[in-house]
Amino acid sequence: MSETAIQLESVRKDFGDFTALSEVSFEISDNEFFTLLGPSGCGKTTLLRLIAGFLNTTGGTIRLFGEEIEALPPNKRPINTVFQNYALFPHMTVRDNIGFGLSMLGWSRSDVATRVDEMVSMVKLDQFAERRPSQLSGGQQQRVALARAMAPKPKVLLLDEPLSALDLKLRQEMRLELKRLQNETGITFIFVTHDQEEALSMSDRIAVMSAGKVQQIGSAVDIYEFPENRFVAGFIGETNLIEAEVIDASADALTCQLVNGAVLTARSLHEITKGQKGWVSIRPERMTLSKTKPKGNSLSGTLTGATYLGTDNQYAVGLTDDLSLNVRHQNRTSVGAAMTTGEPVHISIADNAARFLVD
Amino acid sequence: MNRGVDLRRYFGFFPMTLLCLFILYAPLIIVTVYSLNDSRSITSWEGISLRWYAEIFTGPESEKFRKAAWNSLTIAVMAATTATIIATAAAIGMIRGGSFRGKSASFALISLPIMVPEIVTAVATLIFFSAIGFKLGTLSILVAHIVFCIPFAYMPINARLQGIDASYEEAAHDLYASRWQIFWHVMMPIMSPGIISGFLLAFIISLDDFIITNFVKGAGVETLPTAIFGSVKQGIKPNIMALSTLLLLLSILLVTASYFVGQRREKPVPTNQKPETEA
Ligand SMILES: Nc1ncnc2c1ncn2[C@@H]1O[C@H](COP(=O)(O)OP(=O)(O)OP(=O)(O)O)[C@@H](O)[C@H]1O
Ligand SMILES: [Mg+2]
Repeated sequence: MSETAIQLESVRKDFGDFTALSEVSFEISDNEFFTLLGPSGCGKTTLLRLIAGFLNTTGGTIRLFGEEIEALPPNKRPINTVFQNYALFPHMTVRDNIGFGLSMLGWSRSDVATRVDEMVSMVKLDQFAERRPSQLSGGQQQRVALARAMAPKPKVLLLDEPLSALDLKLRQEMRLELKRLQNETGITFIFVTHDQEEALSMSDRIAVMSAGKVQQIGSAVDIYEFPENRFVAGFIGETNLIEAEVIDASADALTCQLVNGAVLTARSLHEITKGQKGWVSIRPERMTLSKTKPKGNSLSGTLTGATYLGTDNQYAVGLTDDLSLNVRHQNRTSVGAAMTTGEPVHISIADNAARFLVD
Repeated sequence: MNRGVDLRRYFGFFPMTLLCLFILYAPLIIVTVYSLNDSRSITSWEGISLRWYAEIFTGPESEKFRKAAWNSLTIAVMAATTATIIATAAAIGMIRGGSFRGKSASFALISLPIMVPEIVTAVATLIFFSAIGFKLGTLSILVAHIVFCIPFAYMPINARLQGIDASYEEAAHDLYASRWQIFWHVMMPIMSPGIISGFLLAFIISLDDFIITNFVKGAGVETLPTAIFGSVKQGIKPNIMALSTLLLLLSILLVTASYFVGQRREKPVPTNQKPETEA
């Protein structure tokens, strides 16, 4: 286990009587690619600004490699930020932008030049080194912002939705690029995004946030396969949520009765006792439709809709009048194509695919 | 464009425009043309000559004009410099100082002097100076100029600073710059077009001021405008036209310079708009 780079302990931030963050506690280890993921307004930027030092906490503590940093202004914290709007200095060339932090740290002219050369080629901007930011494309500006923030070798790099201004193609390219840069430099990254695909594809661990609180922390697999609650289940990917009650908790898997009366087995992250009410969550791609009743976990209903989505076919299956499930089949076979709406169908649920959520 | 408010559709728009332009520029053109007149009279034309320009520098009044010009220039440079420094500090305080009580009142106070009739300011300044026993002379002119130049310097600096995203300062602060380094390496260069415009505006306003100067100048101290006025009182001579034309050229030069300074500087990179949250 490597060292802890950042440690947050019950961090809280109020703006007037509005609480933007509360009870935020987690640790980020050295060299980790850590992502804050959540909808707009959930407090991601606020949390980054607390770590960078642009805001002061209302409560709790932030430690950097074991030391409290609350009292330090941003220029005394060995932490750098890649701003969402890049904030490149318009009156300086690419080189001067990248060298700015080093000059401020008092590096000698020749040391600055050497390091800037290194950074310029690291982000592949050699031809553009003498240009002003206004003469660069969005993607190039992004690279300058990265190089500028990484040049002083910060202990932690904060990235606030750095890819959000780029087009899709460039964004996918930059994901790989960011991973490469993180591997090469070994800097701890705290990456903010509201794009789940970005989060899932790049992160070592993800903190899912909502309304100023951390909902769950874990690897991409953890949060997708074992969501902590309905918010996480719905925010990461798609899911079907069905109200349910636990009728037997004695075995390894819980036996749950759904609102429509059907009975399923589901798993939970937590100790659950009989009688617990909650929801069963099942991902659309973990279910298959069939005309005959399958073995194991299954439900039955009426096919009410079919939508062709290219790679997938999406089906809507009505269990009761006001309870409908989404089912997705990958478009490899023509199993689903043969089905017509209005027909009764059975849904087979993959082993270990149903989750019981308390809230 | 909303065609309903297109002024050009109104009857008489074009002749009215011509009339306004004529009233504005005809006197300037006449003065400029007649400054080149060879005649001693200011009404009859006798051919082109530069004799009145020579007269400014060599004629009987040349000594007086030289002194006055020197006074005007030194006062304008010092007043504009001081006013620009104060205005820059005020703009940073107003825009970056967060919100404080009486912020809009402060802004009104800074810009009000532009709207107060100058004669009121002149009388008030004179009364104030004599009340505190401040001896009238070059120094009193300088102090008065600094004060009334501040709002003129403030306007362009304030406008420029308002357009600068606060994230530049944050980025610099994040990259280990102290407050002073942020100001020196980042804010000053980005604000410089506004600062230069403010300085040039204050400079012209000071160079050109007559009413306040006339009130607060001591006996025997003249600036160019008061010297010209004194000279004109004894009858308008063509050398005054030549002198006015020179002043006009200087103003045009400075205004043009300030325009090009504003154009040449890089504008701040527009901050990127966030795309809509996607699913
Ligand atoms: N300076 C401030 N004063 C008052 N409220 C603020 C301030 N800064 C942020 N907030 C509020 O705090 C909440 C969290 O804001 P924050 O910018 O951290 O959201 P975010 O998760 O970064 O959202 P986005 O994805 O849109 O960038 C928002 O409701 C916002 O209105
Ligand atoms: Mg944000």
